[in-house]
Amino acid sequence: MPADVETIGNAVTHYLLRRLAGMIVVMFLVATIVFVISHVIPGDPAAVMLGPAATAADIAALRARLGLDAPLPVQYVEFLHSVLRLRLGESIFLGRSVTEALAERAPLTLQLTVLAAGLAVLIGVPVGVLSAVKRGSLLDQAVTAISMAAASLPSFWIGLTLIEYLAVHWHLLPVAGYGPPGAGFVVHLTYLVMPAIALGIPSSALIVRFTRTSMLDVLQEDYVRTARAKGLAPRTVIFKHAFRNARTSVLTVVGLTVAGLLGGAIVTETVFALPGVGNLVVSAVLRRDYPVIQGALLVISGVYVLINLGIDLLYAVLDPRVRY
Amino acid sequence: MSDVALPAAAVRRASLGWLLLRRLVRRRLVLISLVILLVAIVVAVGAPWIAPYSPRRMEIAHRLSPPSWAHWFGTDEFGRDELSRCIYGARLSLSVGSLVVLVSLACGTLLGVVSGYVRRLDGLLMRVTDALMAFPDILLAIALMAALGASLTDVVIALGTVYTPRVARVARGATLVLRELQFIEAAEALGASGRRVIAVHLLPNLLSPLLVQGTFVFAFSILTEAALSFLGAGVPPTSPSWGNMIAAAQEYMQGAAWLILAPGLCIVFTVLSLQMVGDGLRDALDPRLRRLT
Repeated sequence: MPADVETIGNAVTHYLLRRLAGMIVVMFLVATIVFVISHVIPGDPAAVMLGPAATAADIAALRARLGLDAPLPVQYVEFLHSVLRLRLGESIFLGRSVTEALAERAPLTLQLTVLAAGLAVLIGVPVGVLSAVKRGSLLDQAVTAISMAAASLPSFWIGLTLIEYLAVHWHLLPVAGYGPPGAGFVVHLTYLVMPAIALGIPSSALIVRFTRTSMLDVLQEDYVRTARAKGLAPRTVIFKHAFRNARTSVLTVVGLTVAGLLGGAIVTETVFALPGVGNLVVSAVLRRDYPVIQGALLVISGVYVLINLGIDLLYAVLDPRVRY
Repeated sequence: MSDVALPAAAVRRASLGWLLLRRLVRRRLVLISLVILLVAIVVAVGAPWIAPYSPRRMEIAHRLSPPSWAHWFGTDEFGRDELSRCIYGARLSLSVGSLVVLVSLACGTLLGVVSGYVRRLDGLLMRVTDALMAFPDILLAIALMAALGASLTDVVIALGTVYTPRVARVARGATLVLRELQFIEAAEALGASGRRVIAVHLLPNLLSPLLVQGTFVFAFSILTEAALSFLGAGVPPTSPSWGNMIAAAQEYMQGAAWLILAPGLCIVFTVLSLQMVGDGLRDALDPRLRRLT
């Protein structure tokens, strides 16, 4: 037995190392894509920084100082070098380093994403299970129709509709923003309720559909019929026998949605004027704030890759059948 | 011999198409979705003849007027007819959707099939698609828009780049399965070149999964285009798009809710229909689901 445990332990270590190596390759390619995108962006960062009044000589001097006059391969190596040292450069408009700007705004985006993900899972998983258990019923049909419609709704449209009714008409929640700076956690939280709903609803619809399908697959298995036949309570059969085996695939879609929420947050933060990372990205794109675009792309995709790695590792915890 | 075989194959193909269509329309929701899509396409193509007004004609005296007989969907802040703008918006959204499908299917299939069939290239190509998929859709799209510009072509290139890896994944997966089958082995044994195996034996068999994936790419690209336009990073506001109409209506939301409702419903109905047809296609093309035969 101990030999077995040791082999599994080795396999896990090998798998981890392989995944980490793969992740490093992907992040290197991500950095390369970011470099290409930011060097294709038309316009000259130096000219943008100095404004319309700058002379050609000023621009040339700044280009030299920023290293923009160096040949592209040299710039590329420099870029990779500074990314490795986690130096993402200075923002053109914010007067501070990109790392600082991102760090300042990350907590809000994190709260929003976690709230939305929580909401999506809390609605999506139980409704999906219920819908599968009551397969073919009116409830199941309604759930299927509603979830399909919800997955087709643009989150910014949901957001605007929520603002119109919950905030403007019924005065239940604040319209937009994140509240006064010194306000307590609860006050800030009220500002996040609508954004979290707008962001979470399309994701919860996806989770409902996926949970339903994987539950239906599992419910048709022989061991579920056996469990039912030996007289176990329906609840025990559903949760102990069926759901346990469906949760690996549910986890996949939850992982995908959480990662998708990072993108959705960009739009939602704009709708609700929330000062998070998404808002920072949009204003950077509109103002051509190159270093911020670069930094945000790198950080967000890095988080995305990490989440996917985390999900893969969770599989092993939840499903002992997963082999490496 | 070929004189006999050709018409037979043609007949077989035609009846397969019929069979697929019959299987599809047997589900009422799929049939309704197909009708909605057909209407959307007709409206988009015939916009200049169908739209009651020019989408740019301003009637300042009638600005922000609610839906009426003269203006079914009301008018916007410049007194432009909302219905006509929605109709022209359909033109933009559907062209973006269909062009993105063409671009991503062409590039994605090529990448996926080469990656699945030529083992030497698989590792590199798949890491590149992994890297492209490490960016959330909208983030990659918005960054590419910053790099490219704001024309319709730029939107199509940006969204095509976003969805190509997803198509490539599907094409590669299907190729990996097909590659192990005997008919491919037989073709290789008979001396068929790699190019011939791909073109004659692999591609026709990839049609089903790619058709399904293409429908979903269509739906997603309409949603992402709307989001881009909403954020101000899409086509310029002079050309009406469902996304930039909603963005412009934000300020007038109070008291003019129809300005948000109309383009929003256009997006929802189109995307929903595409998803329904995609689901229907997947079921109809799935040989394991015998209940549909």
